[in-house]
Amino acid sequence: MFGGLCALNDVSFCVETGEIHGLIGPNGAGKTTLLNILSGFNRPTAGRVCYNGRDIHTLPAYRVASLGIARTFQNIRLFPTMTCMENVIAGQHLNSPRPLLPRLLQLPSTRDREKEYRGKALAALARVELEDRADVPAQSLSYGERRRLEIARALVAGPQLLLLDEPVAGMRQNGVVRMAELIRILAREGMTILLVEHNMSFVMELCTLITVLNFGQIITTGAPGDVRLHPQVIEAYLGVGAARA
Amino acid sequence: MTELHNTFSHFFAVYGSLVDFIGINSLLALSLYVTLSAGQLSLGNAAFAGIGGYTAGILTLNLNAPYIAALGAAAAVSGLTGMILGFPVLRLRGIFLAMATLAFGEVVRIAAINLQITGGAEGLTPIPNKTQTWMIFLALILFSYFVAVLRTSRIGWSFASIREDETAAAAMGINTTFYKTLAFTIGAMIAGLAGAMNAHLNYIITPGEFGFSAAVQILIFNIVGGTRVWYGPILGATLLTALPEILRGIGVSAGPIRMGMNGIILLLVILFLPNGLVSLFSCRKG
Repeated sequence: MFGGLCALNDVSFCVETGEIHGLIGPNGAGKTTLLNILSGFNRPTAGRVCYNGRDIHTLPAYRVASLGIARTFQNIRLFPTMTCMENVIAGQHLNSPRPLLPRLLQLPSTRDREKEYRGKALAALARVELEDRADVPAQSLSYGERRRLEIARALVAGPQLLLLDEPVAGMRQNGVVRMAELIRILAREGMTILLVEHNMSFVMELCTLITVLNFGQIITTGAPGDVRLHPQVIEAYLGVGAARA
Repeated sequence: MTELHNTFSHFFAVYGSLVDFIGINSLLALSLYVTLSAGQLSLGNAAFAGIGGYTAGILTLNLNAPYIAALGAAAAVSGLTGMILGFPVLRLRGIFLAMATLAFGEVVRIAAINLQITGGAEGLTPIPNKTQTWMIFLALILFSYFVAVLRTSRIGWSFASIREDETAAAAMGINTTFYKTLAFTIGAMIAGLAGAMNAHLNYIITPGEFGFSAAVQILIFNIVGGTRVWYGPILGATLLTALPEILRGIGVSAGPIRMGMNGIILLLVILFLPNGLVSLFSCRKG
């Protein structure tokens, strides 16, 4: 609830392991709010979010992340003055303990660890084709590069579930195709992906299941072919009358 | 050799206290640097120094505590205060956090004026002079090293991530409340230690020393020096502390001009070197 506005009401759906699940709906349907609830940034007033058999809707965002749920943001949130490499190193917070004491004592083992973290970071940058931009500050990247860097930073944590908020918004066709390819590979490796996107052809080609939201309620969940022909979906996107025509 | 020694001891006889103040101010600047490195704008570090100074002074005067114990207790009490204060006020961001910490500083100052144990408006005196120059600089070296290494640890990376984008930091699994409170606490501890050393240097502490102007001065050290590397705040503190003496040396009476010069330097740095004086030495950011 936002000041009396009910953003989501009675939303219920399941995301299966290893699926690419799409979440679509007109502007203001509640897609981002739903993503925020799943990742612990907003708390639902009622209902529950269940992940691997465990209730997570009462957990703060950092605890949700520690369970293996990574996300990106619609309005890209990078660490602007850090380089790409530093962004992706910072993204390893959960799996890089970096204890203080050995560092104060200058133990050689810390240097090996650091090399390992850099290696992982470089591999994550390579996945999104940014390895040659490693030393460029994030704020000087192009729009599409920023989106990819944000995904690399999410990937480097090794999540089981990846929540993508409009991963190809504002990207050119070439970038869209490569992003689809990356997401497909990630899913094949066993990562579960839930993505919000307005680019219909991207969603229809990529997702195995699609959930359609409108005015905070689910219209339908189904395979792309079924969703495309669902009368209420057509009505939500094109208005009343279009469905009958 | 003896000549060199004579020159050196002559320099120290004249400028010894200035060198001490440079050390103390550098420690204070470094204390705020830790808090700033997590993106938290605090104006409370002068008050933490005050708490440290009073803690050490009270322990020394009333219990005849050994110097090192007084310092340790001062750092601990300041740090604990920082932790207790940090937990609620760190919900505030930017300028609102600065205002809350400023208000905290005023509370400390007014409490020091009105309490019996702090000696009221006259302050605590005579606190035995136990701090020596080498102790100040040993502390400065140790804490500089600590702060420089802290940056490469998980704590330092978390601080930097929070400074850059708190929401994204939380999405990566960083417990932002914990790390912000930690930054506040470490800063308060270093400030408390500096305050305690200062109390044992000056024979006296008074409530006025830790007010608004001291709080802002510590921030100015950081802005002028730069907040991207650990030696930035030390550079700023050294330059601005030595400036009145340098001006006096070249024949300008320092008194009225001092604040003006501080202002001009601050203005020039903000306009032309937004990352502080350290950006003159290194082109690399971050």
